Amino acid sequence: MIRFLLKGILRDKSRSVLPVLVVSLGVMLTVFLSGWVTGVFGDVIDMNARFNTGHVKVMTRAYAHERDQKPNDLALLGTTELIRQLEKDYPDMQWVERIYFGGLLDVPDEKGETRAQGPASGQAVDLLSPGSREAERMNITHSVVSGKMPQRQGQALISHEFAERFDVKPGDPVTVFASTMYGSMAFKNFTVSGTLRFGNAMLDRGAVIVDIRDARQALNMEDAAGEVLGFFEQGKYLPGKALEVKNSFNRKYSRQEDEFSPMMLTLGDQEGLDEMLAYSESVVGIVIFVFVLAMSLVLWNTGLLGGLRRYGEFGVRLALGEEKPHIYKTLIYEAFIIGLIGSVLGSAIGVGLSFYLQEHAVDFGSMTENMGMMMPSEFRAVVTPQLFYIGFIPGLFAMVLGNALSGIGIYRRQTARLFKELEV
Amino acid sequence: MENSFIIQIDHLTKRFPVGKGYFTALKDISLSFGRGEFAGLVGPSGSGKTTMLNIMGSLDSPSQGTARVMGQSVSELSHKDSARLRNRHIGFIFQTFNLLPVYTVFDNVEFALLLQKIPSARRKKMVMDALEWVGLTDKAHSRPNMLSGGESQRVAIARAIVKKPEILLADEPTANLDAENSHHILRTMQKLNEQLKTTFLFATHDEKVMQYLKRKISLRDGRVEKDEVAETINL
Ligand SMILES: Nc1ncnc2c1ncn2[C@@H]1O[C@H](COP(=O)(O)OP(=O)(O)O)[C@@H](O)[C@H]1O
Ligand SMILES: [Mg+2]
Repeated sequence: MIRFLLKGILRDKSRSVLPVLVVSLGVMLTVFLSGWVTGVFGDVIDMNARFNTGHVKVMTRAYAHERDQKPNDLALLGTTELIRQLEKDYPDMQWVERIYFGGLLDVPDEKGETRAQGPASGQAVDLLSPGSREAERMNITHSVVSGKMPQRQGQALISHEFAERFDVKPGDPVTVFASTMYGSMAFKNFTVSGTLRFGNAMLDRGAVIVDIRDARQALNMEDAAGEVLGFFEQGKYLPGKALEVKNSFNRKYSRQEDEFSPMMLTLGDQEGLDEMLAYSESVVGIVIFVFVLAMSLVLWNTGLLGGLRRYGEFGVRLALGEEKPHIYKTLIYEAFIIGLIGSVLGSAIGVGLSFYLQEHAVDFGSMTENMGMMMPSEFRAVVTPQLFYIGFIPGLFAMVLGNALSGIGIYRRQTARLFKELEV
Repeated sequence: MENSFIIQIDHLTKRFPVGKGYFTALKDISLSFGRGEFAGLVGPSGSGKTTMLNIMGSLDSPSQGTARVMGQSVSELSHKDSARLRNRHIGFIFQTFNLLPVYTVFDNVEFALLLQKIPSARRKKMVMDALEWVGLTDKAHSRPNMLSGGESQRVAIARAIVKKPEILLADEPTANLDAENSHHILRTMQKLNEQLKTTFLFATHDEKVMQYLKRKISLRDGRVEKDEVAETINL
């Protein structure tokens, strides 16, 4: 019987071509959108991890409460020992210190008088230790527009935008004014080694990037850091693992009554990223739901049309002694086979398209530039194992549902009426 | 000797709902057919021939009265049993052939056997035997659209007889055929009737068919007007 059905499907183009097209199109879009959404959300998460949240982050409890303000007076002390402990407790993770500071960037003229001044948001990261992966992690190396990376202490990278506005060139001196960890005023002279543009409004606005040792000296933060970020070796955020690390760390080191005791947060705990992660999953769910619905409607209708055309056939089959439920069942089998073919085709194209857009990112720089959120300027899809099967859900479901609905007509019609169609 | 009748119609009335009321297509008909008859319902269009045939084929059921086919009352059969009755014991031949266009001649004839779950080797033999009966073994792998009208109707006959049914119901089988093809298929049916003792019941208003009938039942406005033994031509 299956062979009989297969022959019918393969030979009757009008029975198979349109549904296969509809199914493959829907499946392709589902697969592709899943790949795209997963890719984009993944990139957003990843970017936040690299620049801001880490996969986990250690701060003092007090700092954590006001972490939006980056309050260096509440910074972690004794970070050398802390990092030693972290490396011992979690050897498969990387731990880095970061200091954020706000202040003024002052550009002097030849006589040392202020020529221009602007707000600076400073980030101090480990640029100079051999083996440090911070420059790569924050994509600093590739964001340098002119000049070069700092080669030694006393050099700074400044935002290209800022440099253009105030006509600062690599090699020029600048002075950073900020406040020390203890609240007194601090300033330090730097030589601009290069200018950089991340392509992200939030990062580019008055950014100054210096080596963490310079910041420590200037801000009186020896052996201290605002934040210690932890990254998983594979570079991918693992929610379950992060939670485990967080719980074990906090149990061991964090004391509720001491607001200067360290405390760990996961990426998900910060910036509403947990909601974001959940959202990305529900988006995929919604996409599938919408496509199941839309495709079912279309396939229901093509099923109805195809069914009308086939009432003659059903009449003959009834006359030959086939039972209605059996005819209905064969219709569902046919739908299943067609759905399978369409799903395979659609998945192949969808995965192919996702793969292409994984390798060739799309530049949305001009769109994301003015966004407050931390967004990558390029979006790419990602081919996950999920993509290979996710399209089968709407593909098979919609095709079977559509035909199950349209096939009901066979029951509604009286046998003799179905049969009457033969007389025309 | 009630049991010798293969079909027994008793005070059968058939009404179809039309608008708010009913249209009575068959009125109080009583008829019986013995095994091996070669009989026909004749009469003008609209006289109720097809309705009658459909009821005898268990595709429809009486509004009043009974129709017993092979001892079973059509109106009391479950869907399953009536499908089984059609599958095992009744063959249909239609005016418009109604071959399934996407399948080959072989597939079309084989279908009823597929439903009976007969093993493939035996199916093949039965299909080829049936095609031999109608003289179409060489067309087994053609598609219906490659066949002439006469050939198509012969395939339909092969499809109806492949399962060796006791009863063959033929509704205007020659209406779409020219004279030569009409006589050809009628002679085939006559031969089947004589050699396999298959009961043939026709619905027709074609004079050519009437020449072959051994019994002619004239219907008019849903009533039996005449039921006569006819003069027939022989091979
Ligand atoms: N399903 C139906 N609903 C309403 N009227 C019908 C139906 N089937 C047949 N009839 C009517 O019953 C009468 C007999 O039809 P039919 O048996 O097809 O006649 P015949 O085959 O002799 O031409 C016709 O008047 C036809 O219009
Ligand atoms: Mg008729």
